[in-house]
Amino acid sequence: MIWPILKRDVVLLLGGGRRGGALLPILFFLAVAMLYPFAVGPDAKLLARTGGGVVWVAALLAAILPLDRLVEPDLEAGFFDQWALRGLAEEWLCAVRIFAHWLCFAVPLMLATPIAAVLLGLSGEQLLTLELGLLAGTPGLAALGVAVAAVTAGLRGGAALAGLLILPLAVPLLIFGAGSLSTGGEGGLALTAAASLVLVALCPFAAGAALRAARE
Amino acid sequence: MIATRPFIRANDIACRRGERLLFARLSLAVEAGEALHLAGANGIGKSSLMRILAGLMRPFAGEVEREGAMALLDERPALDTHLPLGRALDFWREVDATPADRLDTVLSAVGLHDLLDVPVRYLSTGQRKRAALARTLAQGAPIWLLDEPLNGLDTASVAVVEKLVAQHCADGGLCVLASHQPVAVPGLKRLELAEFVV
Repeated sequence: MIWPILKRDVVLLLGGGRRGGALLPILFFLAVAMLYPFAVGPDAKLLARTGGGVVWVAALLAAILPLDRLVEPDLEAGFFDQWALRGLAEEWLCAVRIFAHWLCFAVPLMLATPIAAVLLGLSGEQLLTLELGLLAGTPGLAALGVAVAAVTAGLRGGAALAGLLILPLAVPLLIFGAGSLSTGGEGGLALTAAASLVLVALCPFAAGAALRAARE
Repeated sequence: MIATRPFIRANDIACRRGERLLFARLSLAVEAGEALHLAGANGIGKSSLMRILAGLMRPFAGEVEREGAMALLDERPALDTHLPLGRALDFWREVDATPADRLDTVLSAVGLHDLLDVPVRYLSTGQRKRAALARTLAQGAPIWLLDEPLNGLDTASVAVVEKLVAQHCADGGLCVLASHQPVAVPGLKRLELAEFVV
């Protein structure tokens, strides 16, 4: 039962349909990375020192874009009710959706990161730390995205509210993820992964509870 | 054929929406082979009762017992509107592991074979209702919960739905349907929600 649902989630989130696609957040992410040197000037040293942090902020901002199509369209179309009738737990469905969202958002983001690194003049070593940090942090970001999307689904102005909600909650990921760049240490990566794991463990339950509460 | 005998029973349930108590002290029992028509004016709580029976909403008081899988038809078709009807239905066929011939039978019964290539968003109200009906019926659940299944249907399609419900009950299934229109199914019991309004 889960396989067709995961397949549908991925197809819907990747692109096609009326819900936009996975390309938009990535273009946004690259646009931020491209604009930053224009704003601070072509000082290579400054760019290399601050560029990693900019990539993290850009990734966080790009994560806001797909939020309004993560949960709400399916909730409105009655999909979640139909799944509930078939005995599928909301937590399970949200976990599947987190994985699908991660595949469609984080993987392209990590593929686009080398381009951003070139634009910002980051070294190969920095790029590697950055990619490892994103690999550790994005599952948490995806989990947070689905939970926030579930909480705000059906609310008026839900999209704007979702953006406001996810940013403060993602602060630990940002601090540890961007922090791993300046210390160059594995400690930062480990802490990013730890924060990410906590989010991945908690968010399906939060999202599931939010979906059930929305029915009442 | 259906192995265990399905039933759905509600004991002394009440439903509250917001601050308003819609109905109270409502009990009903539908056993295998029976069909029940929930009747009443708009806004009286037919859909809420349906969602309580389906287990999607908690009753304010009382409890619901049921045996057997449920299929629910409501005002939302739960079909991807950008996909052709055939592929939108295919998703549920995969989820429900529906045998291909059963879906085929259902599609011929509701007359959708010619529309399988048409994207769901281009279907008319009645066609969309029939598509949702096909999804519900193809699920193969013994309990059918049909909320306003006749809305938007032409007279020929109404007759088809009535025949399908009668056939389902004859095969040992059960059906609860909510409608403000008259429904002609042999042996159909009727429950007037107006009697339980407080």
